[in-house]
Formats: sequence, structure tokens, C-alpha cells
Amino acid sequence: MKPRTYMMQGNVAVAEGAIDAGCRFFAGYPITPSSEIGETLSKRLPEIGGKFIQMEDEISAMGAVIGASLGGVKSLTATSGPGFSLKQENIGYASITEVPVVIVNVMRGGPSTGLPTLPSQSDVMQARWGTHGDHPIIVLTPATVRETYDMTIQAFNMSEKYRVPVILLMDEIIGHVYEKVTLPNIDELTIINRKKPTCSAQEYLPYIADETLIPPMANFGEGYRYHVTGLVHDETGFPTNKTDQIEVMLNRLNSKLDKYSDEIIQYEDTFTEDAKIGIVTYGSSARSSKNAMRKAREQGIPVGMIRIQTLWPFPTERIYEFGRQVSHIIVPELNLGQIAHEVEHAVKGAAEVVPVNKINGDPIHPEEVLLKIKECI
Amino acid sequence: MSFHYEIRLSGAGGQGLILVGKILAEAAAIYDDKNATQSQSYGPEARGGASRSEVIISDGDIDYPKATNIDLLLAMTQEAVDKYANDIKPDGVIIVDSGFVKNNPKGDFKLYSFPITEIAEEKIGKKLVANIIALGVIEKLSGIISEEAIINAIRARVPKGTEEINIKAFKQGRDLL
Amino acid sequence: MDYLQYLRLDKFPHIWCAGCGDGIALKAILRAVHNIGWEKDNIAMVSGIGCSSRTPGYVDFNTLHTTHGRAIPFATGLKMARPEMNVIVVSGDGDATAIGGNHLIHAARRNIDLTVLIYNNHIYGMTGGQVSPETPMGDFATTAPYGAMENNFDISGLTIAAGASFVARCTVYHANLLGKLIEKALSKKGFSLVEVMSPCPTAYGKINKKGTGNEMILNQKQLAVRVERAKTMSPEELKNKIIIGTIIDRELPEYVNTYEKIISQAQRR
Repeated sequence: MKPRTYMMQGNVAVAEGAIDAGCRFFAGYPITPSSEIGETLSKRLPEIGGKFIQMEDEISAMGAVIGASLGGVKSLTATSGPGFSLKQENIGYASITEVPVVIVNVMRGGPSTGLPTLPSQSDVMQARWGTHGDHPIIVLTPATVRETYDMTIQAFNMSEKYRVPVILLMDEIIGHVYEKVTLPNIDELTIINRKKPTCSAQEYLPYIADETLIPPMANFGEGYRYHVTGLVHDETGFPTNKTDQIEVMLNRLNSKLDKYSDEIIQYEDTFTEDAKIGIVTYGSSARSSKNAMRKAREQGIPVGMIRIQTLWPFPTERIYEFGRQVSHIIVPELNLGQIAHEVEHAVKGAAEVVPVNKINGDPIHPEEVLLKIKECI
Repeated sequence: MSFHYEIRLSGAGGQGLILVGKILAEAAAIYDDKNATQSQSYGPEARGGASRSEVIISDGDIDYPKATNIDLLLAMTQEAVDKYANDIKPDGVIIVDSGFVKNNPKGDFKLYSFPITEIAEEKIGKKLVANIIALGVIEKLSGIISEEAIINAIRARVPKGTEEINIKAFKQGRDLL
Repeated sequence: MDYLQYLRLDKFPHIWCAGCGDGIALKAILRAVHNIGWEKDNIAMVSGIGCSSRTPGYVDFNTLHTTHGRAIPFATGLKMARPEMNVIVVSGDGDATAIGGNHLIHAARRNIDLTVLIYNNHIYGMTGGQVSPETPMGDFATTAPYGAMENNFDISGLTIAAGASFVARCTVYHANLLGKLIEKALSKKGFSLVEVMSPCPTAYGKINKKGTGNEMILNQKQLAVRVERAKTMSPEELKNKIIIGTIIDRELPEYVNTYEKIISQAQRR
């Protein structure tokens, strides 16, 4: 057996990726189809000196990971739809207080308890706008087990670098499929840790940023005694009601990711160079689509695909360019068109957007996409 | 097109079909150095209910991890064979447990019927290893994974202390053909 | 002692009304911390939402003002990440027993080494006087115009049953005793809780005609009964009384400590 080659499940790849990223704390609550993440970490974390806790609910799990991250430990929680709904208030807290945390949502069908064991991609808008108020967030969505591992590490890196909650949005197929993966050696990985203050404790202003727009972060217990609140605060970290201070704070918060959009936004082009018909998709639907695209290409149909890896911020510019290149953009997804709307917004009428939607718990079959491709000729 | 083989394992929860899927996939991917995926569909209950596990083995990338054009179907219940016999590709293979499947399906496929669970009880003394007997039949009929790879995967996947009885069951399955 | 060394003086004046007990409780906390001799760098104060939950803003520790009801989960994560840190949770009756009630009992069940101070003023003060799980039956609130019709939680009974190591109750009138009880709670390895009876003349006192803040605090003196004496009294005699003192103090395995042992065990394998 080659080193680090395994048959690995997507959910287990999250756990292994988290460990390799330096995560040493997990708080969660059991929920199908994400439970294997917590199960794996309950065993693995103590082996490497980390800690796992099964909390009394999803709300407290979200609170606990923020608390641990403030203590300086990279932290993860994982859930599915109903639990993701419960976590939303504290996701907003992480967003406004700029505490790095990673949240995994292995999507199931909804609304409510919905379809616990069946695949869906219907939380993509909730992942962007689930918590109240304008806020920054990054949402990554993997399509293979290996990518799940890589993206978990990226999620931690982005969360630490930009001080923002990062959501790894998976679907049940990616969470539960077993695939052959060869993992990189640990020393080949790029691991980013939060930037710490270099000034003295007396001079430290926790929410003042330089041109990077990301303030250095002191961990609790390291001599910088400061205040963290979910109220809108000024650069000292204390609440403010002054409109000028509110504006400075909220503008920086909501624009800090814009500065880094080139390095945050990722997508994968396949056969797009000569494409006349386009597909834009993500997660497991991208696998169905890729299969359909190969078959279409075998039949001489010039179809190309952009697989979105960073759902939020959305790759609007790339999709706009693609829209100007192709006649149609087919958007297969396991919901009623949540990303199709976003694609439509991005292409500004340059191409016809053709949704392929399914919400019955069955994945999108390659034939269904192939049929749509043929209709677009 | 490159080599591509699809297996669906179907029956009831508790018959160990997910384990068989994992052993097949691991044997192909880790010990035979091919590519493989294993996926499953399951209901909310841990026992009973319908259970389905799918393995795709290929020498190239596997985009779509679900079976669409099945080369080999194992059906351990009547319900499973009734539901899935139509998904088999022309000239494909269906293996049924004759202890549970009384009405054999008809169509353009090769049907193999053995009292798998009964054999497990009589020859091995353990009903529980019926899945591994079926694995032996699958290995022999598919001819796509080496016997050695499967034995290695069985050793890695079954509970400690039950390796030998499982390998015995696997060989019993192979000997049915 | 010099209280000022523990305060963020530029954050004063505080938001609490005249006659509120929360400032007395704050002084009691500072005395306790001072007597134990903890370093400020090594103390975290965590709170939820409400009047009492503004306390962390005034103290020169590592301070965390979280979401409504969730201070204990945040504190749990922080304590697990930094076991050497002394973590104090300040909460109100609504924050800790209504929206955060589940976290309160589960933290007590785990017996995690946190000290939770619940300032019980029988009302939601900050939001304008709505009924709380601690509003006495029949008393009025803006959402109980016909009088509160629900039973109260017995906070100490609840947390004792859930598994806390240390539980005490005190009034702000008995400020010296309060400091001593908080000191005992902070020193205790395990989940410790002090219920602090703190009057709210503005939101609770006025609508229920309880008088000024001073009168409400003086009334605490009339109602208070020491734990030792309470043991000799009948339930009828104890009706409407406030039992003060250490209600339970026991040795039980502490959660983070147990987890550290699990880590050693997992690493030996």
C-alpha cells in the first residue's frame, strides 16, 4: 500500500483535513448525514491532544467553537439543515466579532426535518444569508472526497487569514461516498494561522485594521485583555451607537473580503475553451454534469463546464464572461434554482439560463443533463 | 472507452451489504490499484428496511458515483430483485439468494440462484456471513478483482478475530461455481 | 483593597439604574478575585444579554459579551481550549434559566469548571420589564398584566439535581457574605453557581409597588434566612423567604480534568 492512500468517506475526509489544518477542537451535535465527522473526531482528537465535545444542541455547539477559537484553538463544528438553522445566530456572532471558525453543513433535503438521508443542495442561499444582517461569509463546496480534504484545510486557512466564518457546504453524496484518495504529506501543506498583534497590550486596539483590512487577533489568555461583543463596536471592541463609527466598522466588515476576491474565488473550467453550450454547477451535481458532458463531447457537441468551488463570494465575473461566450448556461442543482438565479444575475441576459432542478431526494442523473444539453443545440 | 464496471448490492438493512461494498471497493482500489467508489442508500432505520450499496470500479476517473448501467446485481430479497432487475445492462449478471427470492426475474441477463443464507448457516455455522459468501460468488462471476486483493480487504475490514471464518465463507462462495 | 485596578474606568458611568443591585455584585466579584489573587490576564468573564450581562464591559479581564442565553456554551469552549484560565459567567434570570436554561443544566451535569453567577431580579430589565421564569406567581410584568401565572424554577435545586459541585445563594444586602460565597465558588474545582438576589426597582419594583431600590434592598434583610437556620424551619415558615449561604459544596469529578485523563489514555494507545 502506498503511503496515505485510502478508501475514504467524504465525512471522514473533513475530519482528517481538519486535523491536518491544525484543528484541535470540535463541538457538535449528532445529525444525519454529517455524524461521521463528529464520530471520527471524537476518537482522533484526543489521540493528538485535541478535544471533542458533544454539546446539548447545535446552538451551544456553535457557541463553544467560537469560545475555543477565541482561546486560540482552531475549531470546527458540523451539522445538517435543521442544525444549520439553529447555528445561524451564532454564525452572525462569529462574523461580527471576526472570530475564525469552520462550519460544515452536509446538506439534506428540506424544509424542516425534510429528507435526512437523501441528497440535496437546497441550503446554498441559507449558507450566504442565513444569519440576520449584512455580513461577510465564505462558502466552499467540494465535489470529491479528495477535494473535501483539501477544502477543509482551505476553509481553516481562509477563516484564519480573513477572520471570517467559513462554511464547507457539502451534499449527502459527497459526505457519504467512499473514494480512493491519496493525501499529500503533511509537510507539503500550506497552513495559515491568524495574524497576532505585535504591539504592546496597552496599545492594542482589537478592531483597528491596516490596509489589509484584517485586524491582528490576540487570543484570550495571552496578555491582551480586551472586550468582544456581538453589538456593533468601534475599534476598541466596545459597543458604539455613533453613526460615523458604525459606518466605519460595518463598511470594513462587509468589504474586507472584496480585497481578496481573487484568491478566495475558485472554480474549475473543463472544456470551456471552445464551448458553445455551457454548464455551471457544483458539488455532486457537477459529477453528474461532467459525465453528461463527456457523453455529449463524444457525440461532437461543444459543451463546456464551470464547476463552482467557492459559492460565496460568487464568481460573478467569470460567469458573466462565460455567458458572453455560450448560447445557453445549464445549471443543474438539487434545489429549485437557487444558483440558477445567481447565474442569471451574473450573465445579465448574455446567455439563456436553463435550470435543471430536482428535489425528490434522487440525485441528478447524467442522462437528465445530457437531454438538456441536446435541447440547447 | 476505458474499463468501467458497476455493481449494485441490494437487500435488507442488517444483511451486511454496505460492508461487502466497502470490501469490493477497497480490494479494487487499494490492493488491485484500480479506481473505485462505493456509495449507499439507506432508510432511517439501522435494521430492516431496504438497503442498497453500489460499487463502481474503473481504471479511469469516476465522475458519477451512482450505478446507472449495472454489470452485476446482487439481490438478497425478493423486493430488491423486483425493483432492480430492470436496471441491469444487456447480458449482465444477477445473483439472487434463492432462500428469499422465489420468483426469478426474466430478461436479457444471466441469473445465478443459490441458497446463500442457508449455505452460510449449514456450511459455516453462521447466518451472518451470507454476505461474504455472496462476495465469493461476485468475485468469481465478475472476474475483475483478484482473489488475493479481496482476501486482503476482508482481513482489513471485518471485526478482529473473525478474519478466518470470513475468509472460509468467501472461499465457500467461490466454490459454488 | 483597590477596586480600581480591576476596572475599565473609561467605560463608566455604568448603565445600571440607581438602586440596582448589579454594582454591589460587581464589587463582591472583585473582592473575591482579589482575595484569591488571580492574575487579570488569566481571568475571562463571559456573559449573555441583559443588564447583568453588561458587567464584563467594566472589568479589566478577557471579556466576552455573547448572544442571549449562550454565555455558558461560549465559556465551555473557552475553558476547554484554555483549561488554565479562570472562567466566570455572569448572567441574569431570563438569560440563564429561560433562553439559556438547557445550557445551564448541561454545564452543571458535565460539572465543567466554570463559575456561573445568576443575578436574579425576577424580570427582564433591559427590555423593559417582561415576565421571567423567576417572576413570583401573581406579580406583574409588562407581559403579565394579570399577574404571572407560571411557577418559578428553583435555580439551586435545578443545578444541584443536574450535578453541580457548588451552589450558593445570597442577596446584595448581605454584600460581605456575597463576596465570600463568590470566593468559595471561584475556588471550587467543578461547576459552581451563585444565585445573586439583585433588586430591579425600575422594571420590577415600580410595577409591583416594591418601593425604591434602597427599600427593596432593605427588604432583602427581612426576608433572608441563613441556610443553617432554614434547616430548623418548616416549609410554611420558609414561604417567601430567601435562603442564603452555601446550599451544596461537594467533591465530584470535573469535566476538563477528566478529559485531560482521556487524552493521556488515548495517546498511550
